[in-house]
Amino acid sequence: MSTEWPLWEVFIRGQHGLSHRHVGSLHAPDAEMAIRNARDVYTRRNEGLSIWVVPSVEITASSPEEAGQLFEPSESKIYRHPTFFEIPKEVGAM
Amino acid sequence: MMDPFVTFCLRMGDNALILAQRTGEWCGHAPALEEDIAFANMGLDLIGQTQLWLKLGGEAEGKGRSADDLAFLRTERQFTNCQLVEQPNVDFAHALMRQYLFDAWHLPMLDGLTQSSDERVRAVSAKVIKEVRYHIDRSRDLVIGLGDGTDESRARMQGALDELWPFTADLLASDEIDDDLTARGVIPDPAPVIEAFNAETAATFAAATLTVPHTGLTRTGGRNGIHTEHMGFILAEMQYLQRTYPGVSW
Repeated sequence: MSTEWPLWEVFIRGQHGLSHRHVGSLHAPDAEMAIRNARDVYTRRNEGLSIWVVPSVEITASSPEEAGQLFEPSESKIYRHPTFFEIPKEVGAM
Repeated sequence: MMDPFVTFCLRMGDNALILAQRTGEWCGHAPALEEDIAFANMGLDLIGQTQLWLKLGGEAEGKGRSADDLAFLRTERQFTNCQLVEQPNVDFAHALMRQYLFDAWHLPMLDGLTQSSDERVRAVSAKVIKEVRYHIDRSRDLVIGLGDGTDESRARMQGALDELWPFTADLLASDEIDDDLTARGVIPDPAPVIEAFNAETAATFAAATLTVPHTGLTRTGGRNGIHTEHMGFILAEMQYLQRTYPGVSW
């Protein structure tokens, strides 16, 4: 029966100030029930303050075949990382 | 007659305990993984509520009985839950309808109890009502979704309603114990609770295209220890360990 329900991707915000993070997926007949199911499946151990659900079919994903052209060019460009700066102690954690 | 306040606590606790036992039976058997977890969560909420009410009842009684003693060492006639909650699961429609009818009474009852003249009752009901608000949002949505659903789901929901509706009389019943507590402001007047139950169920069943049966049949007695044939089996399973190995703990 569950396979007849559409799939939803679930995003949970764990604390104030943090962003929502993808935690998994579930099946539900509509958005409202998806929120309820997400509450029961993913927040019952006090993990969440806010829930987003998105129909899985609405997510456009990059193709693994394009991984080469998408990601490999950045591997050799270490100068794009801010690793050549001395960060003053007073700044603290960044 | 037992102390009215103790009886009230036992009635609240026994309702939650026996419904939790029925709800827990779905664990690993619900029609979808998501419903399975939701029902199990709800069952655990109800166990937590049982602990609060039975603990309060045991303390008020003053005979040193703990919530566990009250749950595991009373016999069938000493349980005061309404007959609705002991009705078998049968199928998902029955379990869901039973849950919804219970929630439709539980929420306005708790709403009244948060205004209780007794501080302990206010504290317990303030905690419990948050869980029950969620329970009814969930059960109401599913009753509407499945009632106003396919021919099959509608027929099953209507069948469950026909069978379970007579038991709502037990849920809404009141006696001299309630009168005494109402007069002292410990529990709410039954009239607005019944009114809220009627308004809630009328709106939901209209949206769900379900019809309340007008047979006039009513089943009562659970609150005074008169139970249906299912009750003994629930207790046999629930109390087996404590009866077989008295005092065992782990």
